[in-house]
Amino acid sequence: MSAGLIPYVDHENPVTGVTNAKFGIWLFLASEVMLFGALFSTFIILKTSATIWPHGYEVLNIPMGTLNTAILITSSVTVVMSWVSLKLKEFGKFKKYMGVTVVLSCVFLVVKYFEYQAKFHHGYYPATNTYFAIYFTMTGLHAIHIIGGIIVNAYLLGPGSKMWHTEPERFTGRIECAGLYWHFVDLVWIFLFPLLYLL
Amino acid sequence: MSSDSSPEAIKKSVRLYVGVFVALLFLTLVTVGVSYIHLSSGKAHALALFVASIKASLVALFFMHLAHERKIIYATIGLTAILFVFCMSISLYL
Repeated sequence: MSAGLIPYVDHENPVTGVTNAKFGIWLFLASEVMLFGALFSTFIILKTSATIWPHGYEVLNIPMGTLNTAILITSSVTVVMSWVSLKLKEFGKFKKYMGVTVVLSCVFLVVKYFEYQAKFHHGYYPATNTYFAIYFTMTGLHAIHIIGGIIVNAYLLGPGSKMWHTEPERFTGRIECAGLYWHFVDLVWIFLFPLLYLL
Repeated sequence: MSSDSSPEAIKKSVRLYVGVFVALLFLTLVTVGVSYIHLSSGKAHALALFVASIKASLVALFFMHLAHERKIIYATIGLTAILFVFCMSISLYL
């Protein structure tokens, strides 16, 4: 059933062929691409014009970065599996997979916290040099996106999941949209990790 | 969402997700491994971005279901991609 005042939230809009919710999240992700695109563009300009630019592997912790990459990749799988569970009408499995996703997201932030703490301990701050300015800006913005994802996913796992019992199609659509956002956050990290840590 | 969302098709896609997961972890290890070789700057950048692009494509095509999507989504992404490339081109030109 189409709920509330917003039409086509649980079935396809005949004009676009997708639900309004899904089209909406893709438009949002398009704006996100340009947001991070501007920062990647800034990164290129700063790096190519800098007289001194440290190698990421000399100043950052590669094992911790690799661990966080594995955590995000795993959470991408668990979030897609939570959607699969709902498509198969297995609500219990959805809870498990989404729960694991939220836990992994929190672990990512904890690892990031220890990384930041180590940098501050060694006297590396955003004002230290251009490299650390862009490092803290990009990873900080990414971490804010992680926090946003945790809030949304935790809501959908907790109080938001009541919708499954009344409007299962609409709830499945919400999980798909939340999943698309989470995959995007993973995509950004896939490029941030080699550019900042490995080169 | 996949064009075929029957339970059988979804169960089949689970195997695909696991395969993509393994490929992503493997490519991550490749990227990290190559970084220890310390190639020249140009080669290192090209290789790192090439592997990252493969990983991003796997996530977009399979996890985000872009392998089977509606035209309106492709149009949205296509326009965004043009603007993104323009943004990157300006910074490389400068």
